[in-house]
Amino acid sequence: MTTAALVRLDRVSMAYGRGDAAIHAVEQVSLEIHKGEFIAVVGPSGCGKSSLLRLISGLHPPLAGILTVEGKPVAGPIKSVGMVFQNSNLLPWRKVVDNVLLPLEIVEPHRSRIRRERRSYREKSIELLESVGLSGFTEKFPWQLSGGMQQRASICRALIHEPEILMLDEPFGALDAFTREDLWCLLRDLQAARAVTVMLVTHDLREAVFLADTVYVMSNRPGRIVKRLDVSIGRPRDIEVTYSTEFQAIVHELRGLIGRTVESVVEPD
Amino acid sequence: MDRREFTIKVVSPALFTLSLFLIWEAVCRLFHVPLTILPAASDVFAALWRYRAPIADNSLVTLWTTLAGFGIATAFGMALGIAVGWHRALYAGIYPVLVGFNSIPKVAVVPVLILWFGLGEVPAIMTAFLISFFPIVVNVATGLATTEPELEDVLRALGASKLDIMRKVGIPRSLPYFFGSLKVAITLAFVGSVVSETVGANKGIGKLMLDAQSAFQVPIVFAGLLVLAVLGIVLYAMTALIEQHFTRWAFRSQANF
Repeated sequence: MTTAALVRLDRVSMAYGRGDAAIHAVEQVSLEIHKGEFIAVVGPSGCGKSSLLRLISGLHPPLAGILTVEGKPVAGPIKSVGMVFQNSNLLPWRKVVDNVLLPLEIVEPHRSRIRRERRSYREKSIELLESVGLSGFTEKFPWQLSGGMQQRASICRALIHEPEILMLDEPFGALDAFTREDLWCLLRDLQAARAVTVMLVTHDLREAVFLADTVYVMSNRPGRIVKRLDVSIGRPRDIEVTYSTEFQAIVHELRGLIGRTVESVVEPD
Repeated sequence: MDRREFTIKVVSPALFTLSLFLIWEAVCRLFHVPLTILPAASDVFAALWRYRAPIADNSLVTLWTTLAGFGIATAFGMALGIAVGWHRALYAGIYPVLVGFNSIPKVAVVPVLILWFGLGEVPAIMTAFLISFFPIVVNVATGLATTEPELEDVLRALGASKLDIMRKVGIPRSLPYFFGSLKVAITLAFVGSVVSETVGANKGIGKLMLDAQSAFQVPIVFAGLLVLAVLGIVLYAMTALIEQHFTRWAFRSQANF
């Protein structure tokens, strides 16, 4: 890609805590995310994938290295980000539509407008909810929705303020296999329609390959990037593609890079 | 309310209360318990009716002091709870003092209050307040402190300030804790005002019971206890209703939307 990078990390490290007791979560990571790109970060659990996401969203400062978003160094939370976590984290006292409105009550310029233009903002979020198949559920409370529907609403909440980057931290980890595939397709279509930049953190290799343009593989803690892999499968991708040999080959290659898990606890004689 | 629910919610408590009084009555009559030890239920109700004017008069005073103390405790407890839940340093700093203060038996404080404010309603209000604000503080602070970090992250990632996070997440989330603590606080406030009245006051149910006791009017003492119990139930039910109204989302299994 020739466009300037939206996000750029240059040998960035990050640690929790200070001094000798600090736990190094991310080490010397360099990567670039371009506008409209869909990247996925995969790796074993506890490798620092989520830390990388917190780092880029500005929730946690880097220890060393340079981190820029739109050419500017990141000093605090960047507002042009929408986040989705494994738990939908919808506020149980708000109806679904009011949950989706939440970012607009925080982010300018909507923040100062929402009081006067509540109705039009409400319509906008209902439209968004309808586009992800939640028509008829907008006035329900989150706990009246299934896990998959809650996550759909959570994605709407992350998109409502039209962020530059959508950050997903194992968003479908708690869902069953069929619901998960439905949501893959939803995310695929949303990204295609809105041309939003996406960073997906996952340990599901099929998910990463199906959705992303570029997959980064992280090593065990402290997390380093050991491989950058372009997924050359053409778009739009159908769920059928996951059964193709090309797809399987990429997943297999990634699996090899993640490293061997302990296959048997008892050592054979 | 269908029939089954009516049986559970109305008939069963009524039956239970009634049988308690019947057993009380039966025990007193069967074993010829002297009036000065334990008057029978019928004696207590008779006293309640006969002295209804002074009992009502004094009950109103106790009710007023209790509610005033409870009101102050609610406002103060909520404010302090938010302050304590706001910052970990404040939490660490204030908490030991709070626990220490709460451990002081309030009956020991009443003479000091009387010394400061004189005999009257103020010591009762103050005691009700002092005894009932602690659970409110602790619950509000706990509600704030246990806010899920991911929930905060969602807002922080949008650039929300600490105040935004408090308003949008922290405070609504701690409301069930707050209202839950009100149920505890209201009964404690009652204990506070009556304790204060029995130590020194010129009016109130506690004072009435004290006077009746020194005159060996034991049925009046028990009539006072009965009134306190009824008032306690009424105030508890009121706070429970308010709680249900404001935190319906937290009672999802019972709510019918």
